[in-house]
Amino acid sequence: MPDLLLELRSEEIPARMQRKAAGDLKKVLTDGLVEAGLTYEAAREYWTPRRLTLDIRGLTARSKDISEEIKGPSTTAPEQAVQGFLRKAGLSSIAEAHVHSDPKKGDFYVAHISKPGRAAEEIIAELVPGIIRNFPWPKSMRWGPASAKPGSLRWVRPLQSILCTFGPETEEPMVVDFEIDGIRSGNITYGHRFHAPDAITVRRFDDYVSKLEAAKVVLDADRRKEIILADARNLAFANGLDLVEDDGLLEEVSGLVEWPVVLMGEFEEAFLAIPAEVIRLTIRANQKCFVTRPQGAAEDLSNRFILTANIEAKDGGKEIAHGNGKVVRARLSDALYFWTTDQGDLPDLGELKASAEKFGLDLKKPLDQRMARLDHLGVTFHAKLGTQGERVERIARLAEELAPIVGADPTLARRAAVLAKADLTTEVVGEFPELQGAMGRKYALLQGEHPSVAAAIEEHYKPQGPSDRVASDPVSVAVALADKLDMLVGFWAIDEKPTGSKDPYALRRAALGVVRIILENRITLSLGVAIAAAVSSALATYERLGDGAESRGVVAMLDSRIRDHKGASQLLSEAGLISRLLKGGLAKASSEAFGSADQEREFFDGQRVMELEASLSPFIADLLAFFHDRLKVYLRDQGARHDLIDAVITPQSDDLLQIVRRVEALGSFLDTEDGKNLLAGAKRAANILAAEEKKKTAVAKTVEPAPFREGAEKSLFAAVNQAEKQAGEAIQNEDFSGALLALSVLREPVDSFFEHVLVNDEDQAVRANRLALLARIRAATGQVADFSKIAG
Amino acid sequence: MTNEIPTIEIPAHMHPSRSFQGLILTLHNYWADYGCVILQPYDMEVGAGTFHPATTLRALGPKRWNAAYVQPSRRPKDGRYGENPNRLQHYYQYQVILKPNPPNLQELYLGSLAAIGVDPLLHDIRFVEDDWESPTLGAWGLGWECWCDGMEVSQFTYFQQVCGIECAPVAGELTYGLERLAMYVQGVDNVYDLNFNGREGADKVTYGDVFLQAEQEYSRHNFEYANTAMLLRHFEDAEAECKALLDAGAPASNDNLPMHRMVFPAYDQCIKASHVFNLLDARGVISVTERQSYILRVRNLAKACGEAFLKTQAGGLAA
Repeated sequence: MPDLLLELRSEEIPARMQRKAAGDLKKVLTDGLVEAGLTYEAAREYWTPRRLTLDIRGLTARSKDISEEIKGPSTTAPEQAVQGFLRKAGLSSIAEAHVHSDPKKGDFYVAHISKPGRAAEEIIAELVPGIIRNFPWPKSMRWGPASAKPGSLRWVRPLQSILCTFGPETEEPMVVDFEIDGIRSGNITYGHRFHAPDAITVRRFDDYVSKLEAAKVVLDADRRKEIILADARNLAFANGLDLVEDDGLLEEVSGLVEWPVVLMGEFEEAFLAIPAEVIRLTIRANQKCFVTRPQGAAEDLSNRFILTANIEAKDGGKEIAHGNGKVVRARLSDALYFWTTDQGDLPDLGELKASAEKFGLDLKKPLDQRMARLDHLGVTFHAKLGTQGERVERIARLAEELAPIVGADPTLARRAAVLAKADLTTEVVGEFPELQGAMGRKYALLQGEHPSVAAAIEEHYKPQGPSDRVASDPVSVAVALADKLDMLVGFWAIDEKPTGSKDPYALRRAALGVVRIILENRITLSLGVAIAAAVSSALATYERLGDGAESRGVVAMLDSRIRDHKGASQLLSEAGLISRLLKGGLAKASSEAFGSADQEREFFDGQRVMELEASLSPFIADLLAFFHDRLKVYLRDQGARHDLIDAVITPQSDDLLQIVRRVEALGSFLDTEDGKNLLAGAKRAANILAAEEKKKTAVAKTVEPAPFREGAEKSLFAAVNQAEKQAGEAIQNEDFSGALLALSVLREPVDSFFEHVLVNDEDQAVRANRLALLARIRAATGQVADFSKIAG
Repeated sequence: MTNEIPTIEIPAHMHPSRSFQGLILTLHNYWADYGCVILQPYDMEVGAGTFHPATTLRALGPKRWNAAYVQPSRRPKDGRYGENPNRLQHYYQYQVILKPNPPNLQELYLGSLAAIGVDPLLHDIRFVEDDWESPTLGAWGLGWECWCDGMEVSQFTYFQQVCGIECAPVAGELTYGLERLAMYVQGVDNVYDLNFNGREGADKVTYGDVFLQAEQEYSRHNFEYANTAMLLRHFEDAEAECKALLDAGAPASNDNLPMHRMVFPAYDQCIKASHVFNLLDARGVISVTERQSYILRVRNLAKACGEAFLKTQAGGLAA
């Protein structure tokens, strides 16, 4: 069967678009061929900076003939019906129709339609121009004289030629002939721009690839990548170095060359004073070169870099390596300038005094100056959530509050939070935003900060993704939690929660981060308390800033949302959680926030606290539910049974570590014989009860010993009383395993009950009492876990 | 596909590898030979060669237009008091504009590199994605940064829109950073060391001889002394004058031919406003939020000038 070769040759396609474009070409063309009634055995796409190529094998030479009959009206039908039939069947006169007879209907018209199959080349010639005209480039352009007229051809860069041949392996393939905006398809292509400028005539894919190769074009991008990687490794090795590999860069570089030639350049060793990451990013971003390190070195770089040229230069690449070295040197001079500037004084220190005072900054220290400038410049964090300075203020307050809970020194936590965002105004981070945190840490160490403070500046951003490590130093943990909770509370307050696939502020990642930090560090923390503390930190910042403050927005929002919920009261407020928090959390802030003791009293005793308390509950409950979802996803990924998670989580559960421990304990309990049987018994009790409740069968309010007739009833009643009490006590003591153990004594009496006792006794009083007993089983087990949600 | 490179016999002291002015003259020869009109720099302060009306305005409308010129470019913020070997607040761009772009524009460009002595089998020439946009001119295009051994030596753009107006047909624009290119072909690391006139010994004039003092003085002016109150007034004046001239030159409703009569003078005021804005920006008196609104104001002027240009003969108005 014949093969199709299509090449669309253009001026240089941006590297980042090539792979997808080639894939799109394959998809739209093969889809179109199949839709037109052709089939193919295999299709593969290729690309270089100057061409997209498609190799389709075993394409059917023709689409199948199609014949069908369309039934029409009776031969006696009125003219109108006949005309309608002709239109539908595409006939020009009724003479073209056949007359069929039917014993019941009599004579009627039938159109015999036969569509002959079409030659594949005809289909291709029709299909390809449309595909080119409607190609899904992210950005496309017009060019040349044709662009004077509207509707002219668009491509990513000027399209120069189209090669399209078709034919079986055994014959001379034909050119599939078509034209689009003056570009006529043919069997000609060109090789390497400089090494092989002459036209190449191509028959089919096999000679196409080999002729291109001879013309110094490696068609297959993955092969180009292999060549670059292998040559780069070898070149590094031969010089006593290791290549610092970089998949993203390799992909990009393979899209910048048709004939990769790997060379080595160098820069002065003095530049190695710049942090390795800064060197790597400078050379990568601007020059698209790889860096190397001395063999066996963990972090340190060498002063040699590896570049990929597109030619086999006459001089073996000396000039190219030399030229690239010059540019790298100029770039590194800039980087060195940034790195040293960041360690020096800012020129405008006088203006920074107010900000310095606000955060307790020492303007003799460079990083403190940068934080003061961040605040002074009033850089916006989010239009509705105020400035970066205000955010830092909230985080610092919150980190200090959370510190004792996570075992950190509150003073260090505050200091780390205050400096956490300072590097955003450094020159290096301005140039390479991805170095935020990492640079802050370096500058902090250089100015003699406590190692935990320095570490926290970098680690508070962690985890950045599912595979990223979680901070473990308590100071880092406090700041990381404060940073993420402030984000979540803020965006919840302005009602910009993630929806569906939209999560522009990466709030899911932030919540998952909180979950992982808590669980992987085994921290006991009430999330409800932490969320409320974040709210109170926001409120405190607001109170202190007063009416004129820019961050009025955030808290005003929070405030109005809270008011919206006024009157809705929920479990959380019943627990007194909020007032406990607002009073505890605000205590420290209050001395700043209120001018006098009277004002303070008025604030705390006044209506406001009551309102806040009533209205914060649904807010916290909503955010808590979001954490529960993240937790479930996380635990499921860890291999936990989701039914067990559902069984132990309630809307009030806010101690994530406790949830996990309960899931684990429940899991091992259910692995025991006692557990399995108790589960079966508890489920059976719950099912019977549910069925009867549905039927509105009377259930006694309390279980009375009087109507008992069987021994099994009595012993179950005794066991339930004991188990309920003991399990309740154990739960009170947060001894979940103890609670399960207490429940396990139910197993034998429950089994025996179902064996010897018929719940649906004819005597209504007996039945109601027995159902009440089942309700007690449900209640007793329910205080530990919702057994009805457990599978099996 | 290959392009014949015009070979012109030149004395050694005029060769681009030795002489900055030799580089300019070689490019002039090359593009003159192609058929471009060789223009002189526009006599106003502009931020880039694109601002020259020979590009901004002439890129609009259906008429053929092939031109090349050197344009001194002023970037007040890039002043470094003559202390940075790569950065200048005043430098030269070599600008080529071909409308419609010929199909072999890439080859023509490579030919120009060959003419100044860059051998593509010795040096690694690359076209690296670069989408060009000028917010103040309401212009954008697609193209590349052209790299020579990793150094960006030119910008290559297919204009899609200028003054907020679709280009029909599309013009190709080449912009050579002359100092950078010269540093490359002369093998010099500091711009001030460039040999300007190609002579040696006592006859040699360097780029520093010509421009170092000016760089120092203008840096002082741009960052410290430019009178901001006056500049703010000048901006307002230029903006008002641009609008007034556009109004005054606008076709009357009873004209047989709806021709605009004062586009170039109006556009001069747009250029002036743009440069004044750049100076104010360098003086640091424009806040982040104000910045956007200034850019928008210049853009509106450019847009109005572009629309008026289409109502002139050069803009394609049928006589």
